[in-house]
Amino acid sequence: MTVLDVAWAERWMQTAATDVRAARDELTELDRRVGDGDHGVNMDRGLSAVVERLDDPALPPRETVGQVLRLAATTLMSTVGGAAGPLYGTALLRASKVTDRPDLSASGVVSMMEAAVEGIVARGHASVGEKTMVDAWQPAAEAAERAEDAEDVADVLRAAAEAAAAGAEATVPLVATKGRASYLAERSAGTQDPGARSSAIILAAAVTAAEGRDA
Amino acid sequence: MKKLLDDPAQAVDDSLRGFALAHADAVEVRFDPTFVLRAGGTPPGRVAVVSGGGSGHEPLHAGFVGPGMLDAAVPGAVFTSPTPDQVSAALQAADGGAGVLAVVKNYTGDVLNFETGVELVEAEGIEVASVLVNDDVAVEDSLFTAGRRGVAGTVAVEKIAGAAAARGDDLATVRALAERVAAGVRSMGVALTACTVPHVGRPGFELADDEVEIGIGIHGEPGRHRVTASGAHDITQRLLEPVVEDLGLTAGEQVLLFVNGMGGTPLSELYVVYGRAREMLAERGVEVTRSLVGSLVTSLEMQGASVTVLRLDAELTELWDAPVRTPALRW
Repeated sequence: MTVLDVAWAERWMQTAATDVRAARDELTELDRRVGDGDHGVNMDRGLSAVVERLDDPALPPRETVGQVLRLAATTLMSTVGGAAGPLYGTALLRASKVTDRPDLSASGVVSMMEAAVEGIVARGHASVGEKTMVDAWQPAAEAAERAEDAEDVADVLRAAAEAAAAGAEATVPLVATKGRASYLAERSAGTQDPGARSSAIILAAAVTAAEGRDA
Repeated sequence: MKKLLDDPAQAVDDSLRGFALAHADAVEVRFDPTFVLRAGGTPPGRVAVVSGGGSGHEPLHAGFVGPGMLDAAVPGAVFTSPTPDQVSAALQAADGGAGVLAVVKNYTGDVLNFETGVELVEAEGIEVASVLVNDDVAVEDSLFTAGRRGVAGTVAVEKIAGAAAARGDDLATVRALAERVAAGVRSMGVALTACTVPHVGRPGFELADDEVEIGIGIHGEPGRHRVTASGAHDITQRLLEPVVEDLGLTAGEQVLLFVNGMGGTPLSELYVVYGRAREMLAERGVEVTRSLVGSLVTSLEMQGASVTVLRLDAELTELWDAPVRTPALRW
């Protein structure tokens, strides 16, 4: 049985940093087509800063999953810039408030996902179908809820990550109505939303971390 | 890429250090997190006016910090919004006990980072009001996009809000005046060339020798449409007409006419555009009672210009005329 404890949460952030760095050029190219071409660089900088702080021996060790997510949230907010910083920051900050315990049950994962989506929606005022991060996070939270009765808590995360990947993929034909891509109108169709793509990568990293594979 | 920079990653900080040394009478630059504060801070009991956004638009916003205009400015990386911790640090440092007005340009990143920063300081008991500047008429389908962008009209909002705060208006009044300016100001811009963000190293878009891009924002992004370059008269008409129509200006009204350079266009050409725009407004019976010409809201070294019109009344005119003492604007 998988345990989603503090060590998992820290592995999640480390894996996310490694995977986003590997996808940096892909994210930047997506953003160059529909935005201003800095999403890959910005997310790489932010997640690298999270890993640096997790490795900092001067900081007190984290005792709850929520403390890991809070550290990630405040770091991303102060290092990412653009729209992605406050969106990811708010998502993780809200998630941290419902995960203030040493490990997460299946229903804990569902609450975490729901809180994250609420944070993104509250901050970005977007809904599904507008070609934004919400198109990855909303189906992910719904899939987690459907999988809540799974025997292994990792399966709840897996369901969420798979739905996020499908949701991100589904943004390709959409026309953006929020964010900077919206200024391109029809020209935004045909490109995957960079924020939805990075969201899918980060949620997939949660599964990798749960499977115990290191970054 | 040829630029007068040493390390592109340090471009913003290096520039701010020089700026601080050159204008020590008006401003003080703080780092970790980065923001620019009016020298000596906001006078106690006065409302503070704070703005910010990506760098690369200089002198906006830091060049407008000083008595009669901004109390603090928050510069982000080039064309990247400042982060919430910068915003909250600036709001906190600027507060003189009477609350803070945040002037935010309508770009998704600026809006989200300011909202988050405001949320952080409100928890500390500081009263913050916000005004959104969205003067760019190039964005036509504002219901289906993130809305009209905030561009050169920001200067008018910052100047008038700053003057209202300086004369002792309370936060609600300063905000209402700023909103009146935001509601009555419209802009439209043109690019003759693209600009190059230092850490990217290549131009944001390509323009042929005989093409101009109409309806640009101020972040090197492409505009609404591309037309053949056709001289100052024709281009001025393409910029001014949508502005006048959107404002619904009629004969007998008084306005401020602001011709802004994008960074790489000589002042002499801006005056050519100003002259044409002035003639066109006169033909419509619109009276230009205040004027501003200069490169104040730029896109790095982009060649191009924008035309901004602000509908004036007696009170807004008086506030526009009030003394201002900043690095980039003083009278």
